[in-house]
Amino acid sequence: MAQGTFGNPEVVEEELDILLIGGGMACCGAAYEVMRWADAVKAETGTELRIKMVDKAAVDRSGAVAQGLSAINTYIGPDLDPADYARMVSNDLMGITRDDLAYDLGRNVDDSVHLFEEWGLPIWKTDADGVRHDGAVAQKEGMPLLKDGGKPVRSGKWQIMINGESYKWIVAEAAKKALGLSRIEERVFIVKLVNDKNDPSRISGAVGFSVRDNTIHIYKAKAVLLAAGGCVNLFRPRSVGEGTGRAWYPVWNAGSTYAMAAEAGAELTMMENRFVPARFKDGYGPVGAWFLLFKAKATNAYGEDYMVKNKAMLDDYPPYGQAAVPASCLRNHLMLKEMKDGRGPIYMDTVTALAKLRETLTPKEVKHLESEAWEDFLDMCVGQCGIWVGENIEPEKKMSELMPTEPYLLGSHSGCCGIWVSGPEDLGAPTAADGEYDGVPAHLPRGWNWGYRSMTTVKGLFTAGDGVGASGHKFSSGSHAEGRMAAKAMVKYAMDNKDFKPELDTSAAALAEEIYKPVRNFLEHKDYSTSIDINPNYITPKMLQFRLQKIMDEYVAGCATYYNTNDKMLAVAAEKLEMLKEDAQKMRAKDLHELLRAWENYHRIITAEAHMKHIQFREESRYPGFYYRTDKNFVDEKNWHCFVNSVYDKKTHQWSLFKRKHTDLVDKSKLFVKGAPH
Amino acid sequence: MPTFVRTEKCDGCKGQDKTACMYICPHNLMKLDKDGSETGHAMKAFNQEPEQCWECYSCVKICPQGAIEVRHYADIVPLGGSVQPMRGSDSIMWTIKFRNGTLKRFKFPIRTTSEGSIDNYGGKPMPKVSELGTAGMFTGTAMNGYRAGKKDELIRVK
Ligand SMILES: Cc1cc2nc3c(=O)[nH]c(=O)nc-3n(C[C@H](O)[C@H](O)[C@H](O)COP(=O)(O)OP(=O)(O)OC[C@H]3O[C@@H](n4cnc5c(N)ncnc54)[C@H](O)[C@@H]3O)c2cc1C
Ligand code: SF4
Ligand code: SF4
Repeated sequence: MAQGTFGNPEVVEEELDILLIGGGMACCGAAYEVMRWADAVKAETGTELRIKMVDKAAVDRSGAVAQGLSAINTYIGPDLDPADYARMVSNDLMGITRDDLAYDLGRNVDDSVHLFEEWGLPIWKTDADGVRHDGAVAQKEGMPLLKDGGKPVRSGKWQIMINGESYKWIVAEAAKKALGLSRIEERVFIVKLVNDKNDPSRISGAVGFSVRDNTIHIYKAKAVLLAAGGCVNLFRPRSVGEGTGRAWYPVWNAGSTYAMAAEAGAELTMMENRFVPARFKDGYGPVGAWFLLFKAKATNAYGEDYMVKNKAMLDDYPPYGQAAVPASCLRNHLMLKEMKDGRGPIYMDTVTALAKLRETLTPKEVKHLESEAWEDFLDMCVGQCGIWVGENIEPEKKMSELMPTEPYLLGSHSGCCGIWVSGPEDLGAPTAADGEYDGVPAHLPRGWNWGYRSMTTVKGLFTAGDGVGASGHKFSSGSHAEGRMAAKAMVKYAMDNKDFKPELDTSAAALAEEIYKPVRNFLEHKDYSTSIDINPNYITPKMLQFRLQKIMDEYVAGCATYYNTNDKMLAVAAEKLEMLKEDAQKMRAKDLHELLRAWENYHRIITAEAHMKHIQFREESRYPGFYYRTDKNFVDEKNWHCFVNSVYDKKTHQWSLFKRKHTDLVDKSKLFVKGAPH
Repeated sequence: MPTFVRTEKCDGCKGQDKTACMYICPHNLMKLDKDGSETGHAMKAFNQEPEQCWECYSCVKICPQGAIEVRHYADIVPLGGSVQPMRGSDSIMWTIKFRNGTLKRFKFPIRTTSEGSIDNYGGKPMPKVSELGTAGMFTGTAMNGYRAGKKDELIRVK
């Protein structure tokens, strides 16, 4: 047990070769892959790599998959091509993604899915007659595993259905077994990365604190995997009372990935991108199975199918609106038209959909269907059931409202913000010799790969899952696979840099002081006023968060303005965020729980600033339905069919933004051939 | 939409070093009130920041006493409904009660292997250090999951 006190924490230093930050899908994948390669290294060279995984929560139920999931959203299968997948990713994200990253993910992701099934995840199967079998039943009946040619139940072109309540539990078990408990530290929140003293373009470790005892953990490492998920609650959520926690995105992912990478000097990409899912109102339950499996339609309040009615609006955004499946943001765009014109609420017509299915099904099948509909929520969004029972909504009798949520930042679901990483070498990606790097700061790599898969532009710093930008649609399986790809490259990096000895650019004492500053702020000033919460010398993390959310909501295209912003509003936001960032120096922490909240909100502020700066820089509205710049309310293919990237200078607190040229590695025109299946 | 702990059911996980609910909550919400100074109920757990609860049910499912339930968020949901799981080793049972009294029960499988039985690297190849630079994962052929892709789809590869 640690000896530290709240006023005087203990500092524990540790030297590693490889540090994994996070314990979500990506890091669990990394843990599984890294140990096998480490075993190989040990067997062949005798070198034992020192490895550790650090999660702010408990790996069994941490990250976005904590509740479970009802589908694996990325499974290629033997009949589709990784190129088809890369094309889908590109179109859904309005044409600006890295084909090299998507393609590489597409060819590797099924490996992880096959492992999940072997480990015990029940995956639904289809038999020769097209009848669905629950995952566990299918196995008892001796139906083949996916790896042996078993046919999954597709709820869309890329998704397969699972009984996924214990998805994370299972994946975590494999990760924990691989690492062994001594290599896992839970309840340690990483606050910042530390660059190398002798080479600022290199990573040399990370620092965080335990939320359980008064210990500050300083890790030196040659290679660091930063995979701490995306960012929620940087915008004011639609619910602001007791239900504040019910965001679609899990409330605990606080932008740590983006903020820490930016402060370490890593190049970010597409931070203007965001995800605004249209979901069941208030509970934010998933709609995918309703649309794809149960064939339900969404309508305005007057029963009109807005996707049909407003179809012509898709032609405003060629070619992305004209694919068989238009980009997600454009589907929102058509829905928002109805809401803004006063024809809300929007409904998911569950009644008609279920009635139609009943016409062709036996009563037993109907019963099963009802259970499938509930399982979809119970496996991954129990809160939606809470709303249905509270409001007496039985989907066969009463329709449910749909609503676009507040914006979230993520890189593994239907979003593509994140960090710029090195890709695979064999797919024809641009190299340094391909030219056209005007405006890209001189210290940054030119082509799309610089040696190690998934390494950021900071040497030794890797990322995966929500961390990797300009790709998207990896989901749970893809994030796991991406973590594995990164892990393998990290082992190589650690071997290639055997003799490198990381030295932190900041002393342990200074790091400790910085991390506990919110505690100091509290202890020093708490008796100045009689109220613990109202004190001119400090700000509570909660109020810091409210202020951030107000700024983002009202000026940076939140729900309050129907996702509209413009150059003038962004300028106001810039000024207000600047002051907020300054005030973050005065965060208070009255206990370790609040210290956690303080640093989470600091990460949110940096992430929010990146988002705002990127929207400001990109002088168009690339994602109609997710946000609109009303002063540039169009997609400008000529000038802005490019990546927007940025780097942050932690000393001057300034951002530099620049364009990078976009290049197709697979032919996108195939998406738009009339009559061709998508 | 916060969790709440039933006073008469919670036993503070019998005074163990860490309670199950504290261990599992991904957002660090569940807290044991050791001396009763925060809730008036010594050695019982409570949700210390209810408005940050995602209602992920991780704590509900893990509590050995079945002491944790969810009262869906009062600022949105009418009172009277409840959604309560019982998680076993291979399946989970849900009891769903509507505000109007309608009752539904569902049972879903959760895993096909027994907990703790995963044989991580069993039957998997041991890779060679020299393969570190190649594409794909160490299980690539063993798991039959690598999709090589059609070469002619890559328009810049000659
Ligand atoms: C609501 C929702 C529904 C989804 N539905 C599906 C679906 O049906 N099918 C599907 O395939 N995919 C789905 N996904 C996508 C999938 O969950 C994600 O793609 C995947 O979890 C991303 O993996 P990750 O490792 O990048 O992040 P996560 O899995 O979220 O993990 C992040 C980890 O970082 C830790 N962490 C965060 N900050 C810190 C810090 N500062 N220090 C230390 N640790 C930290 C967290 O505790 C967590 O362990 C869904 C996602 C969401 C949000
Ligand atoms: S897990 Fe259950 S019994 Fe244990 S402390 Fe929490 S509420 Fe009480
Ligand atoms: S439901 Fe989830 S978020 Fe809420 S207290 Fe329990 S574990 Fe924490």
